[in-house]
Amino acid sequence: MLAASSVEMRKVNKFYGKFQALKDVDLSILPGKVTCLIGPSGSGKSTLLRCINFLEEYDSGEVRIDGQLIGYEAPNKKMSGRKLREMRRSIGMVFQQFNLWPHMTAKENVAEGLIRVRRMSKADAERRAVEALAKVGLADKMANHPSRLSGGQQQRVAIARAIAMEPRLMLFDEPTSALDPELVGEVLSVMRTLAGEGMTMVVVTHEMGFAAHVADQVGFMEKGELVGVDSPDRILHHPQDARIQSFLRTYHERNSF
Amino acid sequence: MFSLAVFLQSFEPLLWAARYTLLISILGIGLGLVIGTLVCAARLSPYPLLRRFAAIWVSFLRGVPLLVQLLVFYYALPVIGLDVPAMVAAVVTVGICASAYISEIWRGAIAALPRGQAEAAVAIGMTPFDVWIRVILPQAVTLSLPALINELILLVKASSLVSVVGILEITRASQAQAATTFRPLEVYIAAACIYLVINLCLAALGRYLEHRTAV
Repeated sequence: MLAASSVEMRKVNKFYGKFQALKDVDLSILPGKVTCLIGPSGSGKSTLLRCINFLEEYDSGEVRIDGQLIGYEAPNKKMSGRKLREMRRSIGMVFQQFNLWPHMTAKENVAEGLIRVRRMSKADAERRAVEALAKVGLADKMANHPSRLSGGQQQRVAIARAIAMEPRLMLFDEPTSALDPELVGEVLSVMRTLAGEGMTMVVVTHEMGFAAHVADQVGFMEKGELVGVDSPDRILHHPQDARIQSFLRTYHERNSF
Repeated sequence: MFSLAVFLQSFEPLLWAARYTLLISILGIGLGLVIGTLVCAARLSPYPLLRRFAAIWVSFLRGVPLLVQLLVFYYALPVIGLDVPAMVAAVVTVGICASAYISEIWRGAIAALPRGQAEAAVAIGMTPFDVWIRVILPQAVTLSLPALINELILLVKASSLVSVVGILEITRASQAQAATTFRPLEVYIAAACIYLVINLCLAALGRYLEHRTAV
């Protein structure tokens, strides 16, 4: 695997009209580390994640991947489309709704980016696609269209599509939130393998177990603010901030029976 | 009494005239697809002036009956010194009129695609051109097939209107035939049969294409 990326966010702000979705967010992610972002819905977790590959345009502050500013050349000067695409090639993203292309088979979904973006030959791309699908345990589903796959399988294809591009950083936007409970495990186990290989990962999630066992650091967000970033143990088991305590209390109450 | 002989005899001149009905419909939808795609692209473009132009194009052409458009076009061209054959005037008018509906069919299909489809492509670094060609348009075509076939069938029927500029298509031919045979019922039922067969074939084509592109 290629070297893993670092991410550095400084005073990142994002507005939707008058509504401030991100408030002066600072976050450092070291190469090869797993960062989980937790917090209530609408707290800005996904917005923050999407600023990392500039799918969401932040209004001020800096987001740097391996030291290089993404999205802007300088304050108020947008980066060219070509340069932005070049940076995005090394950032993989997995979405809550999988976003597989329904008119392509699993193999075609994975090969598409290799052919169009990496300019690989069709044969090479398909070979790589087969490898990536085998890695997520779907060697026998390559010819299936997404509609013929379960949610968990679709999300694993989506992960294969991302890792086939050989990213140095992977972004996961609630990757298991749209899945039936019994399908969550297979997706998390693929993610755990990736983390074990030293991939830098940023994961927006409600899976506290994953955050507790796999993350190197956990960030808690509320109302656009990154309230705290610390070790999983200190955020999840010994939270100091009242807002984190209250969020976890609600979480535990909902999940106990 | 209904005369089977007259009914059957009517088919020969009417089938001859059906060539024009088909020609105008097919060329019209072809032209309509080309112009409609461009108008839709203009409508979705980032340029306000183009968007405005496309919106006006659609609302004018949808707002005026095809019959009136045909007459205006046919009588306006000689005024500006253009002498075009009736057939050309008919195809162009039908095509332009269809373009307004087709651009809206495309726009609806594209708007119906989840935003995540394009986002997934953008996130791996695909160019805007590739996003359109590889991800958006193939899905939009599939989604809009029923509406496009619907439009084609409407066009076949609307082509009867071009008789006003003197083209001998099915409807006009049946009027002429009815006048000479004094058997309007047999002739018009024959005309109805021909339209029906054409449109049933188009509907079958539509089902075949939908089946082929189904995912």
